[in-house]
Amino acid sequence: MFKFSVLKFLAFLLCLAPLGYSIYQVYQLQTGGPHVLGADPAKELVLLQGEWTIRFLLLTLLITPLRRLTGWNQLQKVRRMLGLFTFTYASLHLLSYLFLLLELDFSNLGADILKRPYITVGFTAYLFLVPLALTSNNVAMRHLRNRWAVLHRLVYGVAILAVVHVTWLARSSYSEAIAYGVVVAILLVSRVFKDKLSLFRGAFKRPV
Amino acid sequence: MLIKHRGPGDVRSSEITSETVFYKRRQILKAMGLGAVALGAPLTHAAASGERELYSTNAPLSGPAWLEEKLNTLTPGQYSTRESATPFEYVSTYNNFYEFGTAKTDPAENSQDFVTDPWKVEVAGEAELTGRFNLEDIVNPYALEERVYRLRCVEAWSMVVPWVGFSLADLLKRFKPNSNAKYVRFETLYDPKQMPAQRSRFTTIDYPYVEGLRIDEAMNDLAFLAVGVYGKAMPNQNGAPIRLVVPWKYGFKSIKSIVKIEFTEHRPKTTWEMSNSREYGFYANVNPEVDHPRWSQARERRLPASIFSQNYVETLKFNGYAPQVAHLYKDMDLRKYY
Repeated sequence: MFKFSVLKFLAFLLCLAPLGYSIYQVYQLQTGGPHVLGADPAKELVLLQGEWTIRFLLLTLLITPLRRLTGWNQLQKVRRMLGLFTFTYASLHLLSYLFLLLELDFSNLGADILKRPYITVGFTAYLFLVPLALTSNNVAMRHLRNRWAVLHRLVYGVAILAVVHVTWLARSSYSEAIAYGVVVAILLVSRVFKDKLSLFRGAFKRPV
Repeated sequence: MLIKHRGPGDVRSSEITSETVFYKRRQILKAMGLGAVALGAPLTHAAASGERELYSTNAPLSGPAWLEEKLNTLTPGQYSTRESATPFEYVSTYNNFYEFGTAKTDPAENSQDFVTDPWKVEVAGEAELTGRFNLEDIVNPYALEERVYRLRCVEAWSMVVPWVGFSLADLLKRFKPNSNAKYVRFETLYDPKQMPAQRSRFTTIDYPYVEGLRIDEAMNDLAFLAVGVYGKAMPNQNGAPIRLVVPWKYGFKSIKSIVKIEFTEHRPKTTWEMSNSREYGFYANVNPEVDHPRWSQARERRLPASIFSQNYVETLKFNGYAPQVAHLYKDMDLRKYY
């Protein structure tokens, strides 16, 4: 059934590293290293999980154009894993917000959603991710056939919402939002010119 | 793992007690202070030092020799809150000083080589005495006092900081402002070589940073110029060598690393107002009833927070300093003049 792949195994470990590091930081904080995450540790944790969500999302979107560009088809093997890690970090981001920042005080959730539109945008993006995660298995792929690819185009919407989320958070500096926005724009445009990408293959040496 | 749950209406008994004490204490201290002035200054210090100990830190901070000498005679000042101060390591590592970067830890990391001595402050505008002065000459006439103030950031977090400095009003009077002086405008150093974020292309802030106060606000007893914290010289990331502290207003009014003080007839355009006037007004008084367009100002997180408790406290009007400052705004619509 399962074929062991070194590439997949290494990718899996790498994907776990940010989570492992956060767990280590929380462990340190709770066992006498009080200054590990700064004066505002919960917010720092929420932000960290959010940053990793968007990074994994961009990595996921990078796989297909990179494969077309280089012809390295093995890359396709890790795309699903990256997508599922995007969902994992997004879930951690949402859960740490609900448990640590909101302290599960849902009477304040309404006010937060009305007052902080970026929360609404972020939550919408998360809701878009849920069906993608649920249909990422082989059974769903077979069952949905052509509709699977159509459904999974939702991920482009997620990427745009993620950039809006980050932009709306900013108070004065838009460097981060612009950086993510540019990367998302390039990745989306690369889809439009997908046939042209393979023309550059000669520039890359194909792994044997 | 224990997750403490507190509803929005729940107030810890410790908060209530400290508030009551705080208000009573202020009346007592005020009376004592007035009496002491009549009898001579030393009594003020004796009375105040019986009241509480000075804050200190063993962090390796030092200023120029003249400042170190003045710090030796530091005394507890008036208007201090009894709430315990936020530990020095948080006061000095969780900062908004956008000239050194927008992340909270950026200022501490990027300001280590910032040169604050020698330092000159220009005094200009509608006053009899103007010119450029060495910082030493600015600070020299005043005895340094410690004031433990609440600091409420517009981002809805707060700290309690033991500032070291002197009254802003005392300084301003020295320059004999004339009757045209309706406002005071302050300016931070502009030096892109030393302040990396001033070179950023993606900032909405037009440097140098500018802040301002109405003259009666500036002359209020609470308005303070700080040259240190925790009994030591000011860390660079906190606005060395001299910064404003206006405790009843959101933190961004308390401008850092001041190089210019100008008396003006017209209301100065301030940095955040220019950047986004819908979100940040000239007055920026702490007010739980007037929300920021993107978040509520009804409560704040008192730092340091822990992972499993956000340490929420209700925000007080004028940051709890209404008895001293509410009269300044008595006929004003604070929703309009936010």
